Amino acid sequence: MRDYEKYIRYRTFPTPWCPGCGDGVILKSIAMAFAELNLDPDDIVVVAGIGCSGRMPTYFNTNTLHTTHGRALTFATGIKLAKPEKLVVVISGDGDATAIGGNHLIHAARRNIGIKMILINNGIYGMTGGQVSPLTPPTFFTETTPYGNIEPHFRIRLLLTAAEASFVARETVNRLTQLKQVIKKSFQHKGFSVVEVMSNCHVNLGRRNKMKSPLVMTEYIKDITMSMADFEKLTPEEQESKYPLGIFVENTNRLEYTDLYYNHIVPVAQGSGARGDK
Amino acid sequence: MSARKVLQGNVIIAKAALAAGCDFFAGYPITPSSEIAQYMSKEMPKLERTFIQMEDEIASLGACIGASLAGRKTMTATSGPGFSLMQEHIGMAVMAEVPVVIVNVMRGGPSTGMPTKPAQADMMQARWGTHGDHPIIALYPAFAEEMFSETVRAFNLAEKYWNPVILLSDEVLGKAHMDVEIPEPGSYEVFWEKPRQIIDLNIYDRNIGENPPRVDFFHGYPIHIDGLEHDAHGWPSFDAKTVDKMQKLRMEKIYQHLDDIIRYKEYFLDDAEVLVFSFGISARSALPAVKAAREQGIKAGLFQALTVWPFPRAALQERFKKTKKVLTVEMNMGQMKYEVERIAPPGVEKQTLLRANGMSFSPDEVLNAIKEMVR
Repeated sequence: MRDYEKYIRYRTFPTPWCPGCGDGVILKSIAMAFAELNLDPDDIVVVAGIGCSGRMPTYFNTNTLHTTHGRALTFATGIKLAKPEKLVVVISGDGDATAIGGNHLIHAARRNIGIKMILINNGIYGMTGGQVSPLTPPTFFTETTPYGNIEPHFRIRLLLTAAEASFVARETVNRLTQLKQVIKKSFQHKGFSVVEVMSNCHVNLGRRNKMKSPLVMTEYIKDITMSMADFEKLTPEEQESKYPLGIFVENTNRLEYTDLYYNHIVPVAQGSGARGDK
Repeated sequence: MSARKVLQGNVIIAKAALAAGCDFFAGYPITPSSEIAQYMSKEMPKLERTFIQMEDEIASLGACIGASLAGRKTMTATSGPGFSLMQEHIGMAVMAEVPVVIVNVMRGGPSTGMPTKPAQADMMQARWGTHGDHPIIALYPAFAEEMFSETVRAFNLAEKYWNPVILLSDEVLGKAHMDVEIPEPGSYEVFWEKPRQIIDLNIYDRNIGENPPRVDFFHGYPIHIDGLEHDAHGWPSFDAKTVDKMQKLRMEKIYQHLDDIIRYKEYFLDDAEVLVFSFGISARSALPAVKAAREQGIKAGLFQALTVWPFPRAALQERFKKTKKVLTVEMNMGQMKYEVERIAPPGVEKQTLLRANGMSFSPDEVLNAIKEMVR
């Protein structure tokens, strides 16, 4: 047994994911990050919303919670506040995190609560059969944009930077080692962190956009992603369809929310004199 | 020492929640419930307990469920529009069997309605608001001391039956200041589930009708909790036999313990000719009305439901053996009257006093309605 396998709950296999799905790579890289940090599985809770990504917690041999569509961060906020010493990981797809759950995403970032979010960006609602998401690139065909997508997509890096997130990174399912490294780094960060993972849904996005095999689609992800240095050399027009990779924000100066509450607010309240009724 | 105080209804609920061991509150401001959140924001950190104002009501109940799964006693408070937003997560709490107390200080609706006016129009929403078949417990105090005792009871029932408990109130009860006796700690029951050693994943494995044991995280053995229909291990399962058993487990843990859950008060009912059925603010008008009726020689009595869901069916049916006239008084266009009509035998005359215009009933109006029935 390899060291990361103790974080995998094999008895719940098989997964519901299509052959070639990037979710398997992400599952493995998260488990590898747990292993490198040598965490007790009972000190971890993995929370997810709804969708293909939502099924991922079931396969971790840690505490796991499968919640409602878009709201994983709210449940995670309650858990983190109740047990600040635990590692609280949220796994969310692009529809889950940026459409129905968009409000919770920006507020978790603004609060800087120490939740570790893995935002899987495959640009589509996969589980419901391939409808457009807020991260589907413009002009792409989906089941609900049969004539091409007319909406621009969110740029997670800029959205979260504006929301004052203290750790923002992007990686791809093509680069397991880098992905595991950046996830591990995000787990070590004190505040709220988001690792956006560019993933392939060749079945529900690729198939309708001339990329129906996982190899063609992962090749496409390779083409549209690059280092920040290379990205900055592009013209603004060229940048529109490209995605830089790496850690964009890593701010260790911002205090984490539960730290502020328990180590700042609680002492202030207790020093104020009168105690409440018990 | 118990203490007599003049307190706002919302504050009585907040104080009672602290007394019941509530150590996590997440909420979102909404009239006429906001004083509960305000009180919690001030008192919780003093006790090293947790308060957070979330970004909306969906998030508030989500955070409560999360904290509850991490071992806390949790509460949120809201009103009409916020209660509507919370419905999906009420279902989540039912499905995953998570205790949480949800206060709904009812105001005029539908939609934004009348934020500063009372109503009792969320009675059916409290029962059926979330989708799917589910059991629910809803309590509704009327008098000052009940605001305290029913809040404590809401926590005890949530903790005991691992189900969301809805604590109903209304704009009048929430905003009014009342003379109240705050009981001494130790003089009322506070239920604490014993911490449980989890040694396997089959956390939902139990017999039908049995109380569920506490199933929260971080007890040495990692577990899975799911909003999907699941088997005894919490794994998603749509197997017909499994689903059938899980649904029965969730329903019967409530319906086989009605004696413990249902509470009501009966005033002057033993020889009553007219039974007034009411709850909450309307019951507060109905009690002086039946007293005035008695003074005028009319044999009227009051059945005040404290547990509104599950409906106190058996106790009312018992009364209908002798009393053949029932007057349902509620601040809505007719909701609980259907429950009364469903169980009242054909020979019972059924009348209602209904209104949903933001004006609570005066005792005189209830008295006149009683008089109409005995004329």
